[in-house]
Amino acid sequence: MPGEGPGRASANGRAAFEAALGLLAAGIAAWWLPQMLELFSIINATVYTAMAVLALSLALVWGFGGILCFGQAAFFGLGGYAYAVAALNLPDTTYAVPIAILVPSLAAAALGYVMFFGRISDVYMGVITLTVTLILFNFVNSTAGEEWRIGAAPLGGFNGIPTTPPLNLPGDPGTPLAPEQIFVLAVLCLGLCYALCKLVLRSRFGRVVVAIRENELRAALLGYDVRLYKLGIFTIGGAMAGLAGLLFANCVFVSPTMFSLAYSGQIIIWVMVGGIGTLLGPVIGAMLLQALTAWVGTLPEINPNLILGLVLLVAVLAIPRGLQPTVAGWLRRRLPEDAA
Amino acid sequence: MDLAIATGIQALTGIATLLLISLGLAIVFGMMRVINLAHGEFLMLGAYSAILAVQAGVNLWIAMLVVAPLCVGLLGVVVERLVIRRLYGRMVDTMLATWGLSLALIGAVTMIFGNTVSGFSAPLGSVRIGAYSTSGYGLFLIGATVLLLLAVWAVLRFTPAGLIARGTMQNAGMAAALGVPTERVYALSFAAGAAVSGLAGALMAPFSGVLPTMGTAYIAKSFITVITGGAAMLAGTASASVLLGGVNTLGTFATTPVLGEVLMLAVAILLLRLLPQGITGRFFRRAL
Repeated sequence: MPGEGPGRASANGRAAFEAALGLLAAGIAAWWLPQMLELFSIINATVYTAMAVLALSLALVWGFGGILCFGQAAFFGLGGYAYAVAALNLPDTTYAVPIAILVPSLAAAALGYVMFFGRISDVYMGVITLTVTLILFNFVNSTAGEEWRIGAAPLGGFNGIPTTPPLNLPGDPGTPLAPEQIFVLAVLCLGLCYALCKLVLRSRFGRVVVAIRENELRAALLGYDVRLYKLGIFTIGGAMAGLAGLLFANCVFVSPTMFSLAYSGQIIIWVMVGGIGTLLGPVIGAMLLQALTAWVGTLPEINPNLILGLVLLVAVLAIPRGLQPTVAGWLRRRLPEDAA
Repeated sequence: MDLAIATGIQALTGIATLLLISLGLAIVFGMMRVINLAHGEFLMLGAYSAILAVQAGVNLWIAMLVVAPLCVGLLGVVVERLVIRRLYGRMVDTMLATWGLSLALIGAVTMIFGNTVSGFSAPLGSVRIGAYSTSGYGLFLIGATVLLLLAVWAVLRFTPAGLIARGTMQNAGMAAALGVPTERVYALSFAAGAAVSGLAGALMAPFSGVLPTMGTAYIAKSFITVITGGAAMLAGTASASVLLGGVNTLGTFATTPVLGEVLMLAVAILLLRLLPQGITGRFFRRAL
């Protein structure tokens, strides 16, 4: 784009700067917020942060990869369940962290292989991801009996696994992390994921992914293997969603609702409202809409689904570009001589 | 022998159910390339309008066969005007907007009727087959589905309106150049699809029980049936229903209902991997 800096080197510098800024903001939030909040609010804030990570994962896959995934909740749930099962079986829950990220990544890679190497088109991809989520939801929901257990972890059917242990200090299984520490960890994870997204998008790999979103045929004719690049970004998104699931499992507990259609839908709404093709927008969208849902939930006579649905409907019809681009565009018109 | 007949009827009921809940979606997708994610809620509203009509003293059959499709068809007209028309050609946006509509309808109906199961019992009693008995309403459902499919096919194949609809489906630009008001054709197709969904929801009501979230149980199934079927809306939906409904019923017999459903979804994914254009992308290509 013209006016975005003279060359690639400075663009890379700017991406690194923005990534560092994101990390800094996360650090400040992580240090400052726990001193300000009650315990209940801290747990709530952790949930919000986990959801923001989840929104970020779909922002990457959909907004930049152009892959409409109706099943991001599947990887979220897999991450949560993988953590819970591994944490119950292993002596030190630290070892469960790589498992919780690896399992959804592998699932995303397998699903992505089927979809991208089958050359399945846009809309059909939405159907397949939705269907896989549904399969997982139905399956996990039906694992109520005693015979459904992995090692020491009962899957618990629709009750989930309320006994999910929280993370402990690495190498010290006797000291589980306090909710405040989990919150700090979650905020740092969010900052890290944001920085990671920025850097991925500035790398050669990320540029090709965006080029494929813009024009798949042209990218293919230029010699890039479209399928591999899509598989790559989809797998990264799966891993990030798994991390969100891990964080969620650490502040609430895992249950089949993590796989539900409602979650899949919410993630899409966050990204859509925040702004497709941006990273900050979906994070803000996730926070705002979570707060809205929580607030509407306290009103006795209004159903939260009604509000969420109307928000999505109005967002698609009125601000199809989403909040962040709309607000940023408005600001740019107001401040034509922007210093940057 | 009796067992075979009873099992066969069970399988046919499963297939008919799948076909019934998918047909409205198939009409809208086949005609307009619009994926209506509020389809499940159209089914749900069909069931609710039938229940309300029955409670108001309307004859059960009239409530199911006339009132429900009429109400939901009218809703379809409104939705097309307010939402779908603004988003033509933007497939993904349409999906998202109708998803929003779906959530909003679930919320609104929950607020009005509460999150409780209502319903009416199946009429027609039961029919004996040797040592087994099957529900008479299930047989009626199979017959009604076949009739509905034939009726839609006959309208498309033999009436002037059907000819115009098929022409618009094949090449909207050319149809418009020949003086067909394509916007009206689309509006009517959407309303017709909604009406069929309303009818299907009312017909399913005695089987499934009626509650605000009943649509979510159907949407994914009808979605994959239509997509697995492919471009030819009637032949595709019918063949996909036979295949997936059959797999579902047999899987349910062999294991549990949940695993039967999982098996059906897995088969659908496998099929899309093998036939990315759906069944009618390869077979019955010239069918409707």
